[in-house]
Amino acid sequence: MTAEISPLSGEGSRFARLLRSGKFVVTAELAPPDSADPEDTYRRAVLLADVVDAINATDASGANCHMSSMGVCALLTREGYETILQISCRDRNRIAIQGDVLGAAAMGVGNVLCLTGDGVKIGDHPDAKPVFDLDSVSLLEAVRKMRDEGRFLSGRVIAAPPRMFLGAAENPFAPPLDFRPMRLAKKIAAGAQFVQTQYCFDVPRLVEFMDAVRQLGLHQRCFILIGVGPLASARSARWIRSNVPGVHIPDHVIKRLEGSADERREGRRICIEIIQQVREIPGIAGIHVMAYRQEGWVAEIVREAGLCASPT
Amino acid sequence: MYVLRLAATRFAAFCEAAYGVVEAVMHGLEPLARRVGYDRLERPMAAVESVTKGLIFDCRMCGQCILSDTGMTCPMNCPKKMRNGPCGGVRQDGGCELAPTMRCVWMEAWTGSRRMRNKAGIAKPQPPLDNRRWGRSAWIGHLRERRGE
Repeated sequence: MTAEISPLSGEGSRFARLLRSGKFVVTAELAPPDSADPEDTYRRAVLLADVVDAINATDASGANCHMSSMGVCALLTREGYETILQISCRDRNRIAIQGDVLGAAAMGVGNVLCLTGDGVKIGDHPDAKPVFDLDSVSLLEAVRKMRDEGRFLSGRVIAAPPRMFLGAAENPFAPPLDFRPMRLAKKIAAGAQFVQTQYCFDVPRLVEFMDAVRQLGLHQRCFILIGVGPLASARSARWIRSNVPGVHIPDHVIKRLEGSADERREGRRICIEIIQQVREIPGIAGIHVMAYRQEGWVAEIVREAGLCASPT
Repeated sequence: MYVLRLAATRFAAFCEAAYGVVEAVMHGLEPLARRVGYDRLERPMAAVESVTKGLIFDCRMCGQCILSDTGMTCPMNCPKKMRNGPCGGVRQDGGCELAPTMRCVWMEAWTGSRRMRNKAGIAKPQPPLDNRRWGRSAWIGHLRERRGE
């Protein structure tokens, strides 16, 4: 599948070139460390190096404070990794965000994932001020304007525009379900060229979403990567379901974990099966592995699912 | 006025029509408004809007009303102030990620938009807010915009 996207886009992005080549890509999330030591970042990246096409550095996900996505991307880009900068609208206003986009592009980061971000209430600093000056859609439009028109939101000219490959997130599993494909269309209209979804544990619901997506022709205008990840146990699945916003885990998945002798292994088995089922759905360009605190297992999961990535 | 806000969504088609009437009247009175002066009308109009829209829509006076694109549901009631659709954190029962007892504003907006004639408005990307316009009259702002001010 080749999507029709702006020729200006993603000039500096190896990730964009791989997607355009038609390869079924693998991206993975790296949880930034609570540390100023670069080695702590490198140690996590090495675990992913051989099996992923690009690494997402999360931006204070769950509203918990960690090393910035910008810091991680800068470190990893220097080491030759293909990185995806995540920008959430929760902590910075339009002035800070546009400055960060220029800074990231100058350091060689070629991809940016535009997110609204989780609310501050659920994180480790519930007393912080939530910013939300932009939202994911207006953020996409802002970065696209910087790239394609060479201007800030204010209209001021940018000497060398950032050549970013633009991404968005979508959650096909959260209500209102029938609005979700239209919301993806809105993000594409605002500039999204790739999309990474929330965790998929409910394949039939994804199939329905993709039916609507294909009907709207969205898979031809944007590369769609499906979020997957291993559940560590039935207990942790229950905790995630009630505490992590937007993660939908059907009862049958939890029952299957409970009924197994080795829950951790079963969690990985389920993840691998989901990847294999996802691959069969037309219009999907790759997977996005989010293995929080289980980064060490990503390589095994990707290999067992029969996916072999190009070296980053 | 949460109850009235929910009713506004339920009767979105009626609200849309009523808004159409208000808009037509406003445009009809535009020459008069211009003679009195937009600046002089700004405060009394803002006061009227604050009371009426506050009562019916839980209006937060962002000064840039987009009710007709959002199913007659004020998106500024979203804790994340999302003007472009629901975030990914909406609970399976339709509850807000941050205020579980409140239904997601965008659940209401989506339902309301399906009842309206303007079904396409909800798909239109909305620009970021102009934060200088908080507390000011959206209607006067709308008239100014139409005149290209």
